[in-house]
Amino acid sequence: MLSKKQARAFFLGGTVVTFLIFIGLTIFSLSKGQDQTNHEGITEQVVRGKVLWEENNCMGCHTILGEGAYYAPELTKVLDRRGEGYVKAVLMSPVPWNPNGRQMVAYGFTKEEADDLIAFFDWIGGIDLNGFDTVVSPLAKDKIERQTKN
Amino acid sequence: MKYKSQKVAYWFFAFSMLLLVLQITYGFIMGFARIGFDGLHEFIPFNTARAVHTNLLVVWLLSGFMGAAYYIIPEEAQRELVSVKWAYVQLISLAVVGVAAVIGYHFNWWEGRKFLEIPRQLDYLVVVNVLLFLGLILATLFKGKRKTTTALVLTMGLLFAALLYLPGMLPFDSQVTDSFFRWWVVHLWVEGVWELIMGGILSFLLIKLTGVDREVIEKWLYVIVGLTFLSGILGTGHHYYYIGVNNIWLIVGGIFSALEPLAFLAMALFAVNMYRKGEKKHPNKIALFWTLGSAIVSFVGAGLLGFAHTLPQTNLYTHGTLVTAMHGHLAFWGAYAMIVLAIISYALPNMTGRKLYDSSVGRAAFWMANVGMIGMTVAFGVAGVAQVYLERKFKMDFMEVQAEISIHFVVLILCATLFTVGIIMYIMDFIKHGKPTDEELDLESDL
Repeated sequence: MLSKKQARAFFLGGTVVTFLIFIGLTIFSLSKGQDQTNHEGITEQVVRGKVLWEENNCMGCHTILGEGAYYAPELTKVLDRRGEGYVKAVLMSPVPWNPNGRQMVAYGFTKEEADDLIAFFDWIGGIDLNGFDTVVSPLAKDKIERQTKN
Repeated sequence: MKYKSQKVAYWFFAFSMLLLVLQITYGFIMGFARIGFDGLHEFIPFNTARAVHTNLLVVWLLSGFMGAAYYIIPEEAQRELVSVKWAYVQLISLAVVGVAAVIGYHFNWWEGRKFLEIPRQLDYLVVVNVLLFLGLILATLFKGKRKTTTALVLTMGLLFAALLYLPGMLPFDSQVTDSFFRWWVVHLWVEGVWELIMGGILSFLLIKLTGVDREVIEKWLYVIVGLTFLSGILGTGHHYYYIGVNNIWLIVGGIFSALEPLAFLAMALFAVNMYRKGEKKHPNKIALFWTLGSAIVSFVGAGLLGFAHTLPQTNLYTHGTLVTAMHGHLAFWGAYAMIVLAIISYALPNMTGRKLYDSSVGRAAFWMANVGMIGMTVAFGVAGVAQVYLERKFKMDFMEVQAEISIHFVVLILCATLFTVGIIMYIMDFIKHGKPTDEELDLESDL
């Protein structure tokens, strides 16, 4: 029968080994050669967009890369789906955007701020998501397919 | 109660209960907004309600864990806390940080990173607060007469939880890297070190409630926390499938996530077996209900329902849908909320002298809260699965789908009402116990 000492060795050994593997995999997957995000494409404008995204807690309603609050639409491929003009209108609207009865906070962003957020969405939209990009926004996928056929 | 300083725990528990009530209130605000009643939108928009709801959960659980540590550590180390005064200072500073953060969320003052919304300036205060807490616990343990495995596992959990808060404070320009390290905090907390805290509290409660030999219980505690880390650390990979990092995580995350339910299964089997084996029948039936309930519900909520969507093939469709909320509610409830309610139910009579061991209100509270939460989980689950099919298979527009599934949120609110009645009854029992008193000091008793 297992002794307490052996049980402790199992705990400590298992933890150390899996943690080291975890660190190794982290270093590997964040290394330059494995980049799937077009990291070079993160311009100052994209960073400003990300700051706005965070300062206003957008993922408190929306999702991005599938992460967020499921109350408002996924925004990973929003530019493909809606087009830049629509997105800008929502961002700059002085009154709460109210599609199908669900209200968005009226942020009333300036044109520059809206451009920053668009740049952020544009960068997000180009990330290789291991296949999720085709599932997350099927409407966007169809739209792209239609455009390429035409 | 064996040491006067254990009374500090009472105030941490009371603070927990207050925040729990607030958390539920904000949950209702979100539930109603989802079925079209968002009259509070101007003052409390959904993102505010959501940040308050999840952050209050974290703070009331942490306050409960801290209270548990202040109660358990003196008894395990066999000495008074090194300083009661500083423990109160720590409680007050925790309350100040918590209240400041929650108020700030109503004025757009936050970081907007899911679960870690606390603004950076307050993050530093959190660090100071936690260091003070750990200082008190470690000093008590270090100066104590004995160092038990239960106390060590509990303290290790609290210490690692503090350390793991730090990766969440690293700044990144890339949303992907940001998200990557955010999960180091969130995942490695709830599917890693918090389970150590849960295991430590569970082990303490089982020793007290069942009378099974400490050596036996603590041996299995090591096996369980061993399984937790063995599966949980690499299980972090299930958050990395589809956020823009290498697809090696699909294999690693898939395999190790599939092992994660084992730790919870072991926990449930362990608790039930110790109860069966135990010869001592402790009179505190309510504490026993919550203790065994926690071990069993955490297996269902965290283990099974987690596994329901961690296979990469499933997660491809469920990632970013209400299916996550389904798992999240029962997992947090079973694993962490219930273990905190268990230690409170055990410690209160010992601190106050009112032996409400088997009150009908206490029993009704247990059943109503659990049935209500299971109902809520089912409502979220049905809404989530419907969302997956309509939105991702049938390509319907997001808001059209939301209109289709809104009926499930009516069910959610009904079940949440039942849950809330249960919690109110639990708190009525809490208040009925009265305040802690030194007259309850009893060095001989092993209750």
